[in-house]
Amino acid sequence: MGGLIKSSIARKVAMALSGLFLVFFLLQHFTINFTSIFSADVFNELSHFMGTNPLVQFALQPVLIFGVVFHFVMGFVLELKNRNARAVKYAKYSGGANASWVSRNMIYSGLVILAFLGLHFYDFWIPEMVHKYVEFAPEDPTRYYPELLHRFESPVRTGLYVVSFVFLALHLWHGFASSFQSVGFNNKYSVAATKFAKAFSIIIPLGFIVIAIILHLTH
Amino acid sequence: MNLTLKIWRQKDAASQGSIVDYQVKGIEGDMSFLEMLDVLNEQLITKGDDPVVFDHDCREGICGACSLQINGEPHGPDRLVTTCQLHMRKFNDGDTIYIEPFRAKAFPVVKDLMVDRSSFDRIQQAGGYVSVNTSGNTIDANAIPVNKDDADESFEAATCIGCGACVAACKNASAMLFTSAKVSQFALLPQGQVEATDRVLAMVNQMDEEGFGNCTNTGACEIECPKGISLENIARMNREYLKASLKG
Ligand code: HEM
Ligand code: SF4
Ligand code: FES
Repeated sequence: MGGLIKSSIARKVAMALSGLFLVFFLLQHFTINFTSIFSADVFNELSHFMGTNPLVQFALQPVLIFGVVFHFVMGFVLELKNRNARAVKYAKYSGGANASWVSRNMIYSGLVILAFLGLHFYDFWIPEMVHKYVEFAPEDPTRYYPELLHRFESPVRTGLYVVSFVFLALHLWHGFASSFQSVGFNNKYSVAATKFAKAFSIIIPLGFIVIAIILHLTH
Repeated sequence: MNLTLKIWRQKDAASQGSIVDYQVKGIEGDMSFLEMLDVLNEQLITKGDDPVVFDHDCREGICGACSLQINGEPHGPDRLVTTCQLHMRKFNDGDTIYIEPFRAKAFPVVKDLMVDRSSFDRIQQAGGYVSVNTSGNTIDANAIPVNKDDADESFEAATCIGCGACVAACKNASAMLFTSAKVSQFALLPQGQVEATDRVLAMVNQMDEEGFGNCTNTGACEIECPKGISLENIARMNREYLKASLKG
């Protein structure tokens, strides 16, 4: 079992499992956001639940943060190790002849997502934490929807969200299906799973984009 | 046809190398890429220059000795062929062709275009064998029934000639396609089960120790492999590895 930590395959599987975990989280996040465009009440109710339920706050949230940090730290480790594996570069390297751009630039799409996460934390998570655990402000279960609209007032911020989700789509276009291969799932069933992953990687980020634009226009 | 060649020249493992330009004339479309280099080398020898060193042996696509990164792709722009089977008709008169060694930390340059691929031998030695008695009382292979699909897949994996194009193509210089082919050819057969656990652990461990990079599933190896070794082998090796790690 000890070999699992330093082996290349173990790192790869860890990358895939943390990625899949984030995909699952993304779907959950999308579902809640989606309610905001047709019912402020449902959105408030779900947000209130997520924001105050102790299981979510003190069990799921730390797991999620660990998952995100683990994933991108491991991403950087992989990238550095891989650059190191070819000390002298080719004078001419036709990367595009045999592999897609997205698959070769996961670290860049990942970096954009990381920058976005910074903005996202600044926008929602840090104010939430301050509100609840620093100021101990009284909970108002109807505050979430107006706060949400307020955030999407700025066209610049809405634009940044849109661009980030384009990069998320690129990251998932390779990453989601790639994680199947990493965990050893490549057979006649993985063909359908791969199609699902490709569809997911377009539809979900596109959904986030549409929601952001609708919220911007609603204000 | 007349060509401009940009060839990596490097005196020895310790020296710095660089790209040097050469002109070759009168190249026929029916020549192989290596024959084209023979023409260049004859020119160089006649002038009293040092000929370009490159690896080759069978020149019929079976030994895996020839290599070369040609215009940024291992074994050149053609698919499912080795450099020795790449024909000059794939190029046009007046073309400029970059010719470089396969690059990876685990494939150090010996001289010019020749690299040391003994890291592959060490991966193979770490576990690429079966305990089948072959001295004296050899058992008829057909005595053990093997599912036809498994036999075919095992055979396909076994067609890997160990050329290293997968490593050369990969942006991470990963040796997963090679190693997985060598693991798969046994993992699929009953004869390979005896050492199955130790084999995959030892071979992957050796692969990591040699300093190859980590696979990120770009798929470049499968496209460039002259034998069409499939990515399914990598998935199989990942499964075998996980199974073995949990067991051992
Ligand atoms: C919340 C957003 C993210 C999701 C949903 C996500 C998802 C994924 C998935 C599913 C994989 C495939 C794993 C595999 O092939 O084994 C992956 C790989 C990867 N991710 Fe992320 N990721 C996210 C954020 C990030 C961030 C912030 C970075 C930071 C730089 C990053 C960097 C990488 C790298 C380098 C890889 C491996 C390259 C590859 O497999 O081709 N990801 N990601
Ligand atoms: S897998 Fe293909 S490219 Fe890699 S060493 Fe074997 S034959 Fe060469
Ligand atoms: S020289 Fe033997 S495969 Fe090319």
